[in-house]
Amino acid sequence: MPSANPNDVRIVITGIGLTAPNGNDLPSYRANLLNGTSGVIPYETRYVGEVLAGVCDFDETRYQRRKEVRRGTRAGSISIYCAQEAVADSGLGWETLPKDRVGVYIGITEHGNVETENEIYEISQFDYDTKFWSHHHNPRTVANNPAGEVALSMGITGPHYTVGAACAAGNAGFIQGLQMLRLGEVDLAIAGGASESIHTFGIFASFASQGALARHEDPTRASRPFDRDRNGIVVSEGGCLFTLERLPDALARGAKIYGEIVGHAMNTDATDFVLPNSSRQAECMRLALSRAGLGPEDIDIVSSHATATEQGDIEECKALALVFGDFPRVAINNTKSFTGHAMGAAGALELAGNLPAFQDGIAHATINVDNLDPKCGLPQIVVNTPRKMDKVDVILNNSFGMLGINSVLIVKRYQAG
Amino acid sequence: MNPEEIRQAILNILNRIVPDEDLSQLDDSVSFREQIELDSMDFLDIVMELRKQYRVQIPEEDYVHLDTMEGTVNYLTPLMRDIQSPA
Repeated sequence: MPSANPNDVRIVITGIGLTAPNGNDLPSYRANLLNGTSGVIPYETRYVGEVLAGVCDFDETRYQRRKEVRRGTRAGSISIYCAQEAVADSGLGWETLPKDRVGVYIGITEHGNVETENEIYEISQFDYDTKFWSHHHNPRTVANNPAGEVALSMGITGPHYTVGAACAAGNAGFIQGLQMLRLGEVDLAIAGGASESIHTFGIFASFASQGALARHEDPTRASRPFDRDRNGIVVSEGGCLFTLERLPDALARGAKIYGEIVGHAMNTDATDFVLPNSSRQAECMRLALSRAGLGPEDIDIVSSHATATEQGDIEECKALALVFGDFPRVAINNTKSFTGHAMGAAGALELAGNLPAFQDGIAHATINVDNLDPKCGLPQIVVNTPRKMDKVDVILNNSFGMLGINSVLIVKRYQAG
Repeated sequence: MNPEEIRQAILNILNRIVPDEDLSQLDDSVSFREQIELDSMDFLDIVMELRKQYRVQIPEEDYVHLDTMEGTVNYLTPLMRDIQSPA
């Protein structure tokens, strides 16, 4: 489907597969986002001890044999589950689909830490003799592993790779799929993000050392973006992959269409390793709006990135005020308040959690906001209870990450014509 | 460990390495690979588990002896004779 201007090619979402700490499919996940159910629980991690985490309980053996689970990684299993669920949801005739025209693009925050930590722990039991280091280490830790496991499991012979983009990765994987479809490189993109991060102690220990690891006597209340008493991030695992197709292909097969991607943008702060930059975030949102041919007044829901760190939440709110300050009717919500921070999966899961608003017209809430931080005091934030909207036609999804990486997606209710 | 105990130890390892396989009908005189799905990485897992669990080092040139259960037990018997069987 080559076009003189690839940007003219319309791309739509036709299938969604996900596992989140509070749901293993879109209907149950959405129901929990609407009824206020968190997925955060106490969790024991090596060396650090008891922490809080978002843990997924999908059935790994639904799509994998036990041997495949053992051979691969948790990120691989999460990705395979999500990819298979997305394809099933899409209604594509998978058996007859040319597999060399399918691409797999999975955003990851990090990969390989889990297996490396496990192997070092293992050889520590043998006086650090490297003869006890597993031959599985390299195939498990190569950066393309989660996408490669999907391709291997589903017989996909088109391109597969991961996109490393810190916590902007869910959007980044999605954008990669979109671009490859527009370039005509593939006919179907399986794209989104995945994270196995709760299985590495290092991420908990590092956030703890940074003073950014959430704690609360009630785990379900630990993830509290925008709340005055927030005290850091709840680390979660999860995944969300979408099937993306060019609009004519989707229409030709009578596919269900969740939404059309009308705008996207990525940019970089270039100011700090960890501290965000509201000016660059605002620029990223404006770039996405401009590419979509939309203004802030056209956005109905903003799915915020906020992770419940003080600086991060305040900077994003500054950016949101710059872009949406004059537009009181937009609903700003936050999915991490339910799920914790699913790292590479976060952006994709947060978009998926909001897409059903095109049907039910509801902006899910940001839970755990007992006292809205005045520095995050945007009147548009949907606090604690879902908001029934007059209309939901356009959703903007923010996802930002360390090293100053910013990403924005804009998805519109599909309209023919 | 006696040959019977060594056979059981190998079976235990195989149960972990190839958990989807039914090992109850394994013919000890026929190649593992003809009876179960066992690739080279799985085979290395057997070698690794023997190393970890019993500190048995098997040089690469001896891998040929590990083609069948019978051959494996025969090869391991002198190497594992002095090892106490786990309870």
